[in-house]
Amino acid sequence: MPQMTDERVRAGLAREEDLSLLHEVSMKTAGVSHLEMCIQCGTCGGSCPVAQDMDHTPRMLFAMLRAGMRDEVLRSNTPWICVSCYHCVVRCPQEVHIADVMYTLKSMAIKAKLYQDSTAPHFSQTFVDMVETFGRSYELGLASRHYLRHFPLRLPGMLPMGYAMITKGRMALTPRKIKHMDQLKKILHRAQQLELTS
Amino acid sequence: MKKYLLYPGCSMESSGRAYGDSIRAIMEPLDLHFEEIDDWNCCGATEYLGINLIPAYSLIARNLALASKQMNGTRTVVAPCSACYLNLAKADYYMQERPALGVKVNEALAAGDLQYKAGTLDVRHLIDILVYDVGLEKIRSKVTRPLHGLKVAPYMGCMLPRPDYQHRWSDHEHPTELDDLLRALGADVIDYPLTTECCGGHMTQIGPETAFELIRRLVADANERGTHLMATVCPMCQLNIDAYQNEMNHFFGTDYHMPILFFTQLMGLAFGKEPDDLGIGLELVNSCNALASIGVEVPVAQEPTGPRKKESGLPMPRRWTKHEGKEAVK
Repeated sequence: MPQMTDERVRAGLAREEDLSLLHEVSMKTAGVSHLEMCIQCGTCGGSCPVAQDMDHTPRMLFAMLRAGMRDEVLRSNTPWICVSCYHCVVRCPQEVHIADVMYTLKSMAIKAKLYQDSTAPHFSQTFVDMVETFGRSYELGLASRHYLRHFPLRLPGMLPMGYAMITKGRMALTPRKIKHMDQLKKILHRAQQLELTS
Repeated sequence: MKKYLLYPGCSMESSGRAYGDSIRAIMEPLDLHFEEIDDWNCCGATEYLGINLIPAYSLIARNLALASKQMNGTRTVVAPCSACYLNLAKADYYMQERPALGVKVNEALAAGDLQYKAGTLDVRHLIDILVYDVGLEKIRSKVTRPLHGLKVAPYMGCMLPRPDYQHRWSDHEHPTELDDLLRALGADVIDYPLTTECCGGHMTQIGPETAFELIRRLVADANERGTHLMATVCPMCQLNIDAYQNEMNHFFGTDYHMPILFFTQLMGLAFGKEPDDLGIGLELVNSCNALASIGVEVPVAQEPTGPRKKESGLPMPRRWTKHEGKEAVK
């Protein structure tokens, strides 16, 4: 990150219109996010088992949100590395719903098309496609589509495991479908419309 | 007989089949009755929430709505999978904490002639029911083959004890419910400080290097403490530590062999059930040697073998290792 913006975050020099980003993220998060209450203590980053793979710790990311650095935040890999283990959530003295804020940032990054590495967004989207088609997850379809698209060269190495999973009856060859798929589709269709107007 | 509504979750029919089998095996001795929610759908795991908020919560809430229609003398929904449990419990909680979310979700549900009033149901995990409703005394009284001498690492995972909005667990980071239950079975429960550390979740699929390190920590620590096998309460944890252990070993150049079974499989064994009826043998890292220490014989399953290693074979892409990085396969 450029040194200038770095310093601006550290000094807390955010303009008032910048705070609209913080508010936007907070409002888009399920439950009451408490994001505005962050005191920059860093307990989240210190509790994170995967912080070493993130480009910014959660604390840093929240400071950037407050500074209105929309593009930088949505380009960050932090929400995608987050494993939703909720260590930070139970330790946060301000009760910020950190894991849920990460979910919000993921969906905002997908919509803004700012996140560069497509592996994680594609995996989520493929999973969602399966659920929207069958009402249940379909591991074989998900895994084969995902690996062919993103890790084709890992496939040969995965075959023994896949073979064992199938022969042990732990991975179905065909998807299971719920009875009232039409009902689920109607619900999700209405929910999509509500998502756009919210 | 105690009755509960059951939300099995997708993995119970596939990768976590052993969990489903062993749950069915212990229901009768414990006098439990689980009624499956009719036509339940996937909870969205950790994927749907990162795409769209309202559809994600509507997907979860359809299950709650169906369950609330099926309430018949019980308002408790049991979810054996930690991710399913968290999603159902969280949806119920957030719809109360933020009523605007509840209104929108119900508007979506109405398109399918359903509705759900947040707070109607009590969402609980299977181990919560076993420890706090059935009770350790009753469990102890059903033990006919105590697991004496079996060193078990109790692995709770992350999504069960946290964020715990309903305050169900003894602790968020070092809960003792699983330890107590395994001790009631006679097992030699080891101290396992990593009990609520993450298994990597979906990172085995999207960022394997991140996941392998998390799996390595869990397996290495259990191994160092002389563990025979790990016990889990979650199909995702079981899948990652079991099915990806071989790949993790390749990645780090290690040679761990740490079987991981569902805690219900161990309960079944202690209740005198046959390994076959408990889905024992379905794990990829076999538990034969571990269970031999308590005199349980499991037919030796064939280990998954790696790709051909013959130098003169056809040129195939090599598996990448930590030192080579991704470049090795490019």
